[in-house]
Amino acid sequence: MNNTVNNVPETAGDELIVVRDLCKSFRISKKKELQVLKNINSVIHKNERVAVIGPSGSGKSTFLRCLNCMEDPTSGSIFFDGDDIADVRVDINKHRENIGMVFQQFNLFANKTVLQNITLAPIYLKTKKAGGLFAKSAVKKQIRKEAEEHAMQLLRRIGLEDKANAYPSTLSGGQKQRIAIVRALAMNPKVMLFDEPTSALDPEMVGEVLDLMKELANEGMTMVIVTHEMGFAREVADRVLFMDNGVIAEEAPPAELFNNPKNPRTKEFLSKVL
Amino acid sequence: MDFLDQWSAFWRLFYTNGGYKRVLSEGLANTLKISILGLIIGIVIGTLIAAVKVMPKYKRLPRVLNVFCNIYVGFFRGTPIVVQLLLAYYVLFPLMGVSIGSLNTCILIFGLNSGAYVSEIMRAGIQSVDAGQMEAGRALGLGYAPAMIKIVIPQAIKNILPTLGNEFIALIKDTSVVSFVAAVDLYKVFTEMGNVNYEYLAPYLMMAIIYIVLILLVTLLFKLIEQKMHRGDRV
Repeated sequence: MNNTVNNVPETAGDELIVVRDLCKSFRISKKKELQVLKNINSVIHKNERVAVIGPSGSGKSTFLRCLNCMEDPTSGSIFFDGDDIADVRVDINKHRENIGMVFQQFNLFANKTVLQNITLAPIYLKTKKAGGLFAKSAVKKQIRKEAEEHAMQLLRRIGLEDKANAYPSTLSGGQKQRIAIVRALAMNPKVMLFDEPTSALDPEMVGEVLDLMKELANEGMTMVIVTHEMGFAREVADRVLFMDNGVIAEEAPPAELFNNPKNPRTKEFLSKVL
Repeated sequence: MDFLDQWSAFWRLFYTNGGYKRVLSEGLANTLKISILGLIIGIVIGTLIAAVKVMPKYKRLPRVLNVFCNIYVGFFRGTPIVVQLLLAYYVLFPLMGVSIGSLNTCILIFGLNSGAYVSEIMRAGIQSVDAGQMEAGRALGLGYAPAMIKIVIPQAIKNILPTLGNEFIALIKDTSVVSFVAAVDLYKVFTEMGNVNYEYLAPYLMMAIIYIVLILLVTLLFKLIEQKMHRGDRV
């Protein structure tokens, strides 16, 4: 693993995620492979908001899911915290604690209450570090108490503290997604990945989720957002990546990319969606 | 002798002479012991096998484990439980020089047997849980095993509860073959009662009634558990 550390590119120091020559192929049958990502290079800086847009099938979700190795990259490297997390020998779970992820389908744990959804991972991981099953019960209690206090704080922030003991199936889509966001926040991540967070929502609930994301952006959270909400991308993002056919076709600050696209594919795509 | 005479003769044996005590303390108790402990062993083994079967297979260890699980399930589903009991009690255990008694042999074999069936039920249950649940757990930094144990398996068990109830009922009824290896269960006790007068109608009728009541109670129990577990669902 030492050699991977040495391979971290020399940079100014505010890079959080460095993606080098990332390729991803899916095997669709014994002989056929479908290459979804073709030699992607990208750098995500601290406190930066990056929006990823593009037509469906362009690989933007796969790119995002590679950033925390939900999809194992076929080749290439992803440097995070000094480790190449694309390397299977690196303990990915340790790094995922620092990479929050929000899904299109919310994916709240259906068998847990809202509060349990938020506290499950923090309690489990902190207890594990304190010795797992052998941790002292006073320590366990303390960990639980702190996690629950933090969770209630987060719930109060989104105005859903009265839903703490409700099950996800009783909530609206917007509520679910906001809880999914604070569930990721409860781990105090260094970066948040959003995989089309508003695509499964009723139109009237999109606003509440985007408002919460804007708040996070204003607090300086590093975010990578795959989205179809062009207005949101324009308003919040520092940089917009336009992906097409497995490559980053164009990359620019939103004002430039939306008003003055250079790539013909970008022009064509924007003319259809704007 | 007409039926009433047979019945009153049986009733003397069963009630007046205290035969019911043996029915409860040996027959029913052993039947329940074998089926309940068997189911518990079955759930543990079945869950482990199912976990191996749904594991991602690109590493060597899961693939090797998978082969063993397939052989295990193939053997226990492919042979009648009587054959397994006979093999264990009269061949395998004597050869190995262990003697754990006929009741314990039955518990063990019923557990191993039901593990094979429960593994398939569990696998279907695990696969019926949305893949996003596992992904969300992994994205928070949980490993495969804790995400499975804390998130996926509880939901899988909820989904498979009706099928698991079915397996338990089948297990209770299958215990009626344990007298092959000299274990005492409901069938054995009532047969011995019939042997007194060589009249079997009344004892076997009583046995049937006990089985039916037992299974109705189990059905009710599973219904109650199901209701309790579905409290998280939309009403």
